Amino acid sequence: MNPPGLVGACTAMLRRDLTLAWRRRGDIAMPVLYALIVTMLFPFALGPEDTLLQRIAGGVVLVTVLLAMLLALDAMFSSDIEDGSLEQLVLAPQPLALMLVMKILAHWLTTALPLIVIAPLLAGMLHLPVQVMPVLVLALVLSTPMLSLLGAILVALTAGTRRSGMLLALMLLPLCVPVVIFAAGAVAAAQQGLPWLAPVAWLGAALVLLLVLAPLACAAALRIALDA
Amino acid sequence: MSKWIPLWLHKLSSPPIFYRFAGSLRPWMLALALLTGVIALYGGLVLAPADYQQGDAYRIIFIHVPSAWMSLFIYGIMGFAAFLALVWRIKLAEVVAMESAPIGAAFTFITLVTGSLWGKPMWGTWWTWDARLTSELVLLFLYLGVIGLYHAFEDRRQGARAAAFLALIGIINVPIVHFSVNWWNTLHQGSTIRLLGPSTIAPGMLWPLLTMMLATKFYYLASLFGRVRTDLLDLESGKDWVRKLAAVEAAR
Repeated sequence: MNPPGLVGACTAMLRRDLTLAWRRRGDIAMPVLYALIVTMLFPFALGPEDTLLQRIAGGVVLVTVLLAMLLALDAMFSSDIEDGSLEQLVLAPQPLALMLVMKILAHWLTTALPLIVIAPLLAGMLHLPVQVMPVLVLALVLSTPMLSLLGAILVALTAGTRRSGMLLALMLLPLCVPVVIFAAGAVAAAQQGLPWLAPVAWLGAALVLLLVLAPLACAAALRIALDA
Repeated sequence: MSKWIPLWLHKLSSPPIFYRFAGSLRPWMLALALLTGVIALYGGLVLAPADYQQGDAYRIIFIHVPSAWMSLFIYGIMGFAAFLALVWRIKLAEVVAMESAPIGAAFTFITLVTGSLWGKPMWGTWWTWDARLTSELVLLFLYLGVIGLYHAFEDRRQGARAAAFLALIGIINVPIVHFSVNWWNTLHQGSTIRLLGPSTIAPGMLWPLLTMMLATKFYYLASLFGRVRTDLLDLESGKDWVRKLAAVEAAR
């Protein structure tokens, strides 16, 4: 039997991960519910004044999405490690980095995309002006893949450990500082009527760089973590 | 002399040779650190003139600035050792990288604490979201992440390799964080106080500062040597040379 080609392997990988996620549809809803509840807590804590909520809306939505993604990151490789399919992936003839891109893509589709879809709703709950919404969604579309890619490297590094939840947060959040700054900067600039293209362009450039480098780093990290 | 200076430098990467080398150098480093530290403190606290604007409160820079330099310098050393450890799998490089992290974190912490002690009388606040302060805080978290990851693994060498990888990612990230935080701060710049008033420093203040920098460097080496020796004994506890050492100690 001939091994499948590169494209075939990639689509098979993607289809497998998406099918697995679809079989457990409840898990997809969890980060969304989490983000909704966290956003709901802010008006309770800070008071329901429109001007205050409007000012913090962009930042709150970004940070909430980041935290919701952090919660879901842990599951990226855990089931594959348990049943041993990750070792098979490492041994497979196809390049590991490419296979990991497919896994990260599937993970982004199942966790970040639902969050981006409800982000305007979350921002609306905090009275973010409607004309700023497209910028917020654009900033999220560019920054969430970066979080997935950075997170994948760190999840791969902690693959060999047992207690990794809080550790993952400790490692990931400092690395996310630039992403948060530029994404929130774009939203804040749009809110003040200033040009917001520059921070968005920086986000795009960083995303392209990460798209190239992060899968390679992720593959290297996974080899380190599984090499016991 | 020839007992502890190895003929070839590369032999230093062998644990027993480095153990002996570090053991014989460590007291000297500690003595030099104490000596230069006392001189620098005397020069900084007694001899150096008071600042025309800040009075005596500025004297904290003799602790603060050398610690800040060391926090970055040790991160550089850790990154370099991490690179050596990952590429050539040198056991000693792993140990050096991992044992540098707590020392670097301590220096970063000292920098933050002394900075905020100085900030209270000068700026009127313990903490402000200034670009440099924020990057230093992120640096502390990067150190803590490396330390945490190292201790999360059961197998120490595997943990060291994973944490070394994280240190390398961090070394790429430190300039990006610094640049982006600068950008963020200048965007929101209102009426924050400038971090450094005069750009030139009086020679009477400069020499204690540089002496203190030497003291921190020596202290780092002494501390690193001590930590690495302990760690090597632990890592190589089944090996012949450690057994011999233990036998010598027991016979004493």
